[in-house]
Amino acid sequence: MQIYLPIADMPVNIFLVLGMGLAVGYISGMFGIGGGFLMTPLLIFIGVSPAVSVASVASHIAASSFTGAISYWNRRALDLALALMLLAGGIIGTATGVWLFTLLRALDQLDLVIGLSYVTLLTVVGALMTYESVRAVLRARHGLPATIRRPGSHTWLHGLPLKVRFKRSKIYVSAIPVWTIGFIIGFVGAIMGIGGGFLLVPMLIYFLRVPTVTVIGTSMVLTLITMASATVMHAATNHLVDAVLALILMIGGVVGAQFGARTGQKMRGEWLRLLLGLLVFAVGLRFAYELMVQPDDLYSIRYVRAE
Amino acid sequence: MMRAIAFMLFLAMLACGGGPAAAERLVVSLSKQQVAISSNFVGDELVLFGTIEPDDRAAAARSAYDLVITVTGPRQTLRTRRKQRVVGIWVNVDSREFVRVPSYLAILSSRPVAEIAQPDILRQLQIGLGNFLLPQRIGSDIADTVNDDPFRRAFVHLQIQHGLYRESGSAVIFLTPAVFRAAIPLPADVPLGNYAIDVKLFADGKLAARTNSTLEVTKAGFEQYVADAARDHGLVYGLATMLMALLTGWIASVVFKRD
Repeated sequence: MQIYLPIADMPVNIFLVLGMGLAVGYISGMFGIGGGFLMTPLLIFIGVSPAVSVASVASHIAASSFTGAISYWNRRALDLALALMLLAGGIIGTATGVWLFTLLRALDQLDLVIGLSYVTLLTVVGALMTYESVRAVLRARHGLPATIRRPGSHTWLHGLPLKVRFKRSKIYVSAIPVWTIGFIIGFVGAIMGIGGGFLLVPMLIYFLRVPTVTVIGTSMVLTLITMASATVMHAATNHLVDAVLALILMIGGVVGAQFGARTGQKMRGEWLRLLLGLLVFAVGLRFAYELMVQPDDLYSIRYVRAE
Repeated sequence: MMRAIAFMLFLAMLACGGGPAAAERLVVSLSKQQVAISSNFVGDELVLFGTIEPDDRAAAARSAYDLVITVTGPRQTLRTRRKQRVVGIWVNVDSREFVRVPSYLAILSSRPVAEIAQPDILRQLQIGLGNFLLPQRIGSDIADTVNDDPFRRAFVHLQIQHGLYRESGSAVIFLTPAVFRAAIPLPADVPLGNYAIDVKLFADGKLAARTNSTLEVTKAGFEQYVADAARDHGLVYGLATMLMALLTGWIASVVFKRD
């Protein structure tokens, strides 16, 4: 069944898009991430323009992270104070990202920047996650505790001023790295159409020593707020949010996420991280391939303006 | 049936009157003048019917007619970009702007255009994709290039691939020597706006008569409502989409609530 998308200006198969929403939702529920890094490329693949994809996926991620955030809130596994502190940086990051997005679109280099950001970010993060989780799996196999780092260990980040205490997460850190992380996530999210959950979770664990209990819930709240504001900002500045597309994705996404979460809870943490690491890495390689292999057609047409 | 339609068209022509003061008169009618894009739109095909009415005896004696129908969509400025390998990756390095070119262009004829008239006539009347003016911005100038300019060739090729440009030498079919029909295919991602349809009648390699018609492609109903809202009230539209996301998320958490 075909449905015509009013902003993307093209018909899509409603079941295909719904299926994509379900599949990505399943993965997002399983790993506790938004899944934008999978959804945006999939949409581009079926012919939606990169700009519309990035802008519409933002609202899809907002929906699935809201579902996640509610369940973490009910389980009190969510540090609202930390999320709001990250958000302070996140809002500025998102605004900067949307501004750069508009600029790059005008300069005709948006596709390249999106492509390059995907390659670098996904391959690096994917490789690091795979490496870390393989070590954890091996350690677990030898009967050692899976985590190497002790929660109490301090880095130079803990020496920075403006210290704040986050009670729910039981950490006492400077606000500066918290703002910085928030900024990076907001910025990257707005440009790449990703929530940045797969980036934020490791950052919170390794840089801020946020305990695993609160990390995913906190990440979901931040993702929710940055993606909700990215939706509004993209709609207000670029007019590219396709609400019909977003709605189909959301419905598939929230349903898939429920089933994914059940699968995820049955798996061990390090195996889950290994799978996610491999997935992220593979998507990164796919983008690298696209940039490095000679395209079928060297020419492409870009719409400039109506006359 | 076809004859009946032709006869009705003929009557319509008489009713309208006018037309060019030539040896032949052309009357055309479109199956619909407005294409509305609603949520189930997957492309469309319009049919153009026409009759040729000879006005004098000299024309009546002629029987070998050729028709060329040029359908042009709303004008757009488009940029054709060329990729090149730069330090291992493929990057858009060069681009050419095509200024005010048709977003949709169909050149439909009863025979391949090269057989219809002499090359200079074809060029003058812009018949055939190779003869159609596609001005490019080159430096500070705006001009059409030679036919085999790589950017022009790539542009036309890509537009044909997307179903937006086409040239067909068999799309106009004569039902009787004086009645013809032509199918005008519109792809699913057809550009919105006003279309001009220019019908030219050739007799013995010369332009004998010419007429035109118009067509409008618009979004309708819900599609139009959403598109207008997104364009004119971006902020409100964004807030509404965000609320929709929150509502969907909330409903899901209620429906799938586990204890």
